[in-house]
Amino acid sequence: MSAPSESVAALSGARLWAILRQRKAVLLGLAILAAIVLLAVFAPYVTPYEPNRMRISQRMRPPSAQNWFGTDEFGRDIFTRVIYGGRISLLAGALTVLVACVSGTVLGVLAGFFKRIDGVISRIIDAMMAFPDILLAIALVAVLRPSLANVVIALGIVYTPRVARVVRAATLVIRELPFVEAARALGVPTWRIILRHVLRNLASPIIVQGTFVFAYAILAEAGLSFLGTGVSPETPTWGTIIAAGQQYARQADWIMIFPGLAIVLSVLSLQLVGDTLRDILDPKLRKDL
Amino acid sequence: MRQYILRRLGGMAIVMFVVATIVFVIVRVIPGDPAAIMLGPDATGADIAALRERLGLNEPLPVQYAIFLARTAVGDLGQSIFLNRPVLQAIAERAEPTLCLTLIAITIALLIGLPAGIVSAVNRGRLADQVALAMAMLLASMPAFWLGLIFIQRFSVDLGWFPVAGYGEPGASFLERMRHLLLPAIVLGLNSSALITRFTRASMLDVLGEDYIRTGRSKGLGEPVVVMKHALRNALIPILTVIGLTMALLLGGAVVTETVFSLPGVGNLVVSAVLRRDYPVIQGALIVIAALYVLVNLAIDLLYLLIDPRVRY
Repeated sequence: MSAPSESVAALSGARLWAILRQRKAVLLGLAILAAIVLLAVFAPYVTPYEPNRMRISQRMRPPSAQNWFGTDEFGRDIFTRVIYGGRISLLAGALTVLVACVSGTVLGVLAGFFKRIDGVISRIIDAMMAFPDILLAIALVAVLRPSLANVVIALGIVYTPRVARVVRAATLVIRELPFVEAARALGVPTWRIILRHVLRNLASPIIVQGTFVFAYAILAEAGLSFLGTGVSPETPTWGTIIAAGQQYARQADWIMIFPGLAIVLSVLSLQLVGDTLRDILDPKLRKDL
Repeated sequence: MRQYILRRLGGMAIVMFVVATIVFVIVRVIPGDPAAIMLGPDATGADIAALRERLGLNEPLPVQYAIFLARTAVGDLGQSIFLNRPVLQAIAERAEPTLCLTLIAITIALLIGLPAGIVSAVNRGRLADQVALAMAMLLASMPAFWLGLIFIQRFSVDLGWFPVAGYGEPGASFLERMRHLLLPAIVLGLNSSALITRFTRASMLDVLGEDYIRTGRSKGLGEPVVVMKHALRNALIPILTVIGLTMALLLGGAVVTETVFSLPGVGNLVVSAVLRRDYPVIQGALIVIAALYVLVNLAIDLLYLLIDPRVRY
């Protein structure tokens, strides 16, 4: 059984490890990503203070042994807030990936497999791609009202076309492959061909695209929160912490620098991982390495 | 060729029709009465009824849709609720900073991305390649608004090299206005140079593997001639596509960057409209920016016809 790209399942653990070992930067990316996720998940156990605990006597203290990333205008510990902020920012990113990948896969498979509806879906995808990400996201959040759930829905809608376009292209190739033809000739129902044969071979492009969508969603969520069009300003996310810290940039620039660094590290490691996965799973690109 | 252009214009009209439909649907999915939401909790019943009448919200949905499409087709994007003027006029008044910002930013992105991509491809696998790729990835990972805040602090406040924010005093000269755009354009340009760097590298690597490059080298042509004259010229053609993609990135980036630098552009207009729930402005800005993106990509496709003799449609 051949597929347009090597499937994730086909990669043996040993081979994957061998490839990863050659790429030290990816290992670093994976390690950073794992550290950020673990810190966010176990936030109450790893942070020294409560995220909203105000200590006015300690306001705007620069980074020190007590407060690694300094304190904000209310004396709250920035390290603690960045870790807790990561919970919401990463959650928003992960849920966006889920929404975009599910809806993008459904649309992409339908467009790629059924020529009759391809034209309509493809035109909708083209039109959606004509809107800049953040602009469409703020318009959607504006009509849905700002909340974490609506930010996820909006970003999920915004990134659906990206996934759908990739999935459609891959489906177009898969549907012409001999094993799909054989299944058709054997009288296997279409829904079964899609579920058993097409979707399984779509795993690689979806995983790669999902990794990039995760990175874009973290950036977009931070942008929305910064503009005041995302989650409530009281909720600590990396974007809201930067937004709150900008007015104190002169006296206490650490308030906005550290949450920004958290965004950069997360997005950078996701891009590193995404790039490597694409290189491993799409042999056509290997020549460019 | 004429047929191709007509076909493309037809395709563009379809995409714009779908864009307008999406924009129409977005505002109609608001839970509750859009007029009541726009006017806020203090509005009286009479105010809400008047606005419903003004926006045509009392008509059946298909009629609203037909009126919306007909008006959009002739460039009537409605009336801003808070600015009390046609949406198109409000956007036109704010167009200069956004367009100039985008143009300067794309110039900066090309000035960084093209050389970085070429150096990266020519030195494939070596230190210069790794540094260029790492820089590209790092720049693409930075939120533009965060980079903007840091740059304002360092280069405007601490060093005084650039104006802190704004677009100059009212009546400021063109040069003065452009001076205010320089730092935001650098931020946006750096942010989007990553895509150009990576695309230039990939495109150059493709071309450097071609037979005519080997022939050039075997003829004894110097490496600069091979790279700059033979390889780059051909590699530039696919790079045009990425300029179209970068435009979308920049127009999106401008929304946030204009807010950080307090620039009175379309991005700032949209953010204010969102915070004030001025839906006609949000709708209008979405349509205008999407149209701009579609037009830029059409122009780039047509440019292929002029610069690449192999492209025949």
